[in-house]
Amino acid sequence: MPNSSSPTQAPGGIRPNGGTEQGRTASRPANPADAEVLARAQAGDHEAFAHLYSLHKRRIYSLCLRMVGNVAEAEDLTQEAFLQLHRKIATFRGDSAFSTWLHRLAINVVLMQLRKKGLALISLDEAMEPAPEEGPSRSFGAPDLTLSGAIDRLALERAVADLPTGYRLIFILHDVEGFEHNEIASMLDCSIGNSKSQLHKARLKLRDALRSQKRPEERP
Amino acid sequence: MTGDDGKMSCADFQAQLPELIGSGVDVSNHPHLATCDRCSALLAELETIAEAARQLFPSVEPPDEVWQQIESAIKREGN
Repeated sequence: MPNSSSPTQAPGGIRPNGGTEQGRTASRPANPADAEVLARAQAGDHEAFAHLYSLHKRRIYSLCLRMVGNVAEAEDLTQEAFLQLHRKIATFRGDSAFSTWLHRLAINVVLMQLRKKGLALISLDEAMEPAPEEGPSRSFGAPDLTLSGAIDRLALERAVADLPTGYRLIFILHDVEGFEHNEIASMLDCSIGNSKSQLHKARLKLRDALRSQKRPEERP
Repeated sequence: MTGDDGKMSCADFQAQLPELIGSGVDVSNHPHLATCDRCSALLAELETIAEAARQLFPSVEPPDEVWQQIESAIKREGN
């Protein structure tokens, strides 16, 4: 039976690295209690589904928010991702970690939304192949600005928001959410090498952007 | 440009960098960096950016209304 209580206070907000939802995330071994909750949700137990939501809501919402940069849109996308999860959860067979599978589902929801908004992006394949002119500059020339000291959060947010979609996705999944390259490769149907390469290009492009945001008087 | 002992160019080093960083090895011990300030600075900046992402982008809690709307939609779909 549906349980109308909010799952926001569900116990043990477990992150995939075994920490709490407050912390940075990475993979963690399967937790038997989580597996039981998942099995019950797959069998149609609404309370278990609510518990799953409480376990994963922050990561999915944060991913959506970082990808679209808009609170209302991120809320809608989170809702859609979990509705799709509800429809499809019985098809999860455990070929990958549940969190990886859920993120893949959410990523597709986000990319679909970006396509609706008219961005030149159709699929994961396209997200992973930014146009050459969108790539980072090379670093073999004369010395230029150095990023020293603390990076301003707003500056980094702006720079991340301006990344091509594929770079942004990889950067958020790896550097913000803490997924490993093998997990990202599974989510995005790409090779581990491609994940590493795209992350490197994303960081290079962020470096370019952060340098260009520095005011002239701050430059050495 | 070689920028170091001539055994490895900056271009060659930077071409290897995604794999080196992604493999989890301590890139700071790479021989190329011992004599190349430019690539050392590049690596430091990339590490600064990755660290900033960890520090500055905490996960965010969605409002309770999101769950309420999910529940409502599930109930509608169940009818």
